[in-house]
Amino acid sequence: MAQAPVFAPWDDPSETPLIQFKNVTKRFGDFTAIDDLTLDIFEKEFFALLGPSGCGKTTMMRMLGGFETPTTGTISIAGQDMNNVPPNKRAVNMMFQSYALFPHLSIYENIAFGLRRTDIAKGAIDARVHEMLKLTRLEKFARRKPHQISGGQRQRVALARSLAKAPKLLLLDEPLGALDKKLRQDTQFELMDIQEKTGTTFVIVTHDQEEAMTVASRVAVMDEGRVMQVATPADIYEAPNSKYVADFIGDVNLIEGTASLRAITAPTPEPEDAPTEAPQEEIAAQTGPKPEPNKLGEWLHDKLLFPILGEREQTIKQLPPPSAEELKAAPSETAYQIPEGGLSLEWAAGELPIIVLNGDPHLDGKTLTLAIRPEKLNIAKARPDAADNAMRGKVIDIAYLGNVSTYYVELSNGAMIKAQMTNARRLARRDITWEDDVWVSFTGTAGVLLES
Amino acid sequence: MRRFTLIAIPYLWLLALFLVPFMIVLKISLSDTALAIPPYLPQLDLSEGWKGFTNFFSELDFENFTFLTTDDLYWKAYLSSLKIALISTFFTLLIGYPIAYSMARAAPEWRPTLLMLVILPFWTSFLIRVYAWMGILSNEGLLNQFLLWTGIISEPLTILNTNYAVYIGIVYTYLPFMILPIYSALEKMDDNLLEAAEDLGCSRTSAFWLVTVPLSKTGIIAGCFLVFIPTLGEFVIPSLLGGSQTLMIGKVLWEEFFNNRDWPVASAVAIILLLILIIPIILFQRNEQKQRELEQ
Repeated sequence: MAQAPVFAPWDDPSETPLIQFKNVTKRFGDFTAIDDLTLDIFEKEFFALLGPSGCGKTTMMRMLGGFETPTTGTISIAGQDMNNVPPNKRAVNMMFQSYALFPHLSIYENIAFGLRRTDIAKGAIDARVHEMLKLTRLEKFARRKPHQISGGQRQRVALARSLAKAPKLLLLDEPLGALDKKLRQDTQFELMDIQEKTGTTFVIVTHDQEEAMTVASRVAVMDEGRVMQVATPADIYEAPNSKYVADFIGDVNLIEGTASLRAITAPTPEPEDAPTEAPQEEIAAQTGPKPEPNKLGEWLHDKLLFPILGEREQTIKQLPPPSAEELKAAPSETAYQIPEGGLSLEWAAGELPIIVLNGDPHLDGKTLTLAIRPEKLNIAKARPDAADNAMRGKVIDIAYLGNVSTYYVELSNGAMIKAQMTNARRLARRDITWEDDVWVSFTGTAGVLLES
Repeated sequence: MRRFTLIAIPYLWLLALFLVPFMIVLKISLSDTALAIPPYLPQLDLSEGWKGFTNFFSELDFENFTFLTTDDLYWKAYLSSLKIALISTFFTLLIGYPIAYSMARAAPEWRPTLLMLVILPFWTSFLIRVYAWMGILSNEGLLNQFLLWTGIISEPLTILNTNYAVYIGIVYTYLPFMILPIYSALEKMDDNLLEAAEDLGCSRTSAFWLVTVPLSKTGIIAGCFLVFIPTLGEFVIPSLLGGSQTLMIGKVLWEEFFNNRDWPVASAVAIILLLILIIPIILFQRNEQKQRELEQ
């Protein structure tokens, strides 16, 4: 294990999953809460079920806990079919959204509750409860009743109680919903820490995407009883597989258009089917006046400055030839070349098509949606030279969020696009403001093409 | 000043409706019977001034209370009342708890209707309802006719004018007083608590005993008090449904007061009854208080 620092059992075909959902469907009357769901969850994973309310994530968790049974299909835990196993016979514990602490019992007795239902000796129970109290830093509150402690402490009691029996699987139902933002962030890291320490498999249900992204090893995005995508937080964010996932996780710009294959024309530097303004501008820039000594300057030097400065070098000062790194860093020295391949997306009449370098050639001719995150867009007053795509627009609104600002830019076809810029400079130094005409630019790999 | 008025109102209520009547009854219990109107002596004569006052107090004694100990009728009546009250409270709880439980577990839109149905009997006079039970329980009553018709019994059962009829009457009459406090305690309970208990290894039954019952404790105690206290002094039900062998202190008190016109002895009986009720309640309250202090 020490030699495999990347935890990714889902990529390892030899691993057997701890939990398997096989074609699970759950109906409540006419309503289908879970629709033919197949999913594997591995040992020691911190798995997040993410979705809007009513998407079936809580039903899934309750089926794992044994409070609901699937209408069809099977759920197995550690290879054992769980369909007819009642909650009290499962090595699964749940942390309830409302915490569900027993109000008539002290914190100590709440944590000991599950242990007392087993045939563990009294001394061992006491030792385990103290271990749990220590893990959750609650030693001082052992004698208190649940109503005598704060919300954050109650949340930790609920966690300690559900961990006391050392379950194979811990279910957390919106565990941090009742906490304020600051406390929630602290608790998220605490949860991850405890998960690592105990080595328990955690399945967390949440509607808070930030929370899911922070804590989880993998996230399942759900909608209307179906799992839309299961992937690591980074993959979910960077490579969503559907418009729904792209839209649900974070902010996104969706640009619809018709895709066409970019011709591979290796010898010609500018492919005809993807004309860009950029090369022409480069040429215009290069044909401007070049630095050269002039007559007036020479006369001034000879008459006035010669006694002070002495002999003047006759040769024109030459910069050393650019190194390889400099050449790379400054592509504007030579005309910027847009890499070949990918698709171009016709998104508005009279505008240049968007070049999508990572577009799948099989999607040629289809109507697609380009999903692109606001922070992957750059806005500037002048057209940047080294950009695969640049479109003209007007700043309609600016949302100042402290660390970042979101610019709402209206494009020529009336579509609104969001671009996020880090506020590295102080407010007064920023030059883009309302009603400014700007260029929105992004690279050919910044977005993801999605089928509608 | 406003705070003072707010506190004063309940105390004035207590003074006017409990303490003053209690003092009057206590005074009568310390007096002697007399053929007069009212039928006891001494009367307070304020025209004699301070001397009248001292005379009045010197004539008061505990004679009636000692009399109560001489006749075994009284303590037998007290014991029998206690027994009947305890047994009927137990059965009221036994029947009332499941009703309250299922009401609290019913769909929320049904709860107001169910609550209404529990209160519905109060719309008819209590006396009429007890008389109706006489019609049901008598030898030719509805219950016997039904049982004979089904063939379960061949001879009519004698229920009316026995202690069984008294138990049935009491349980029937006081059931709402048991259901309502238990229902209000159970309704507040979070269903997740039961799921949490099951999740932690409880069976359905043990979850009930370990979580539901402790959490409805306040409701159970309130319900038991509400049934036990009035049942102990109950007079109407035993005299209408009970027989000659049904001995209850409420009936004794009534007979002393109206048949024998012995107000002082009747008052003494009432005072003892009150003490029987108040002392355990005070002890219970003190115990609760102590437990609450321990928790802090």
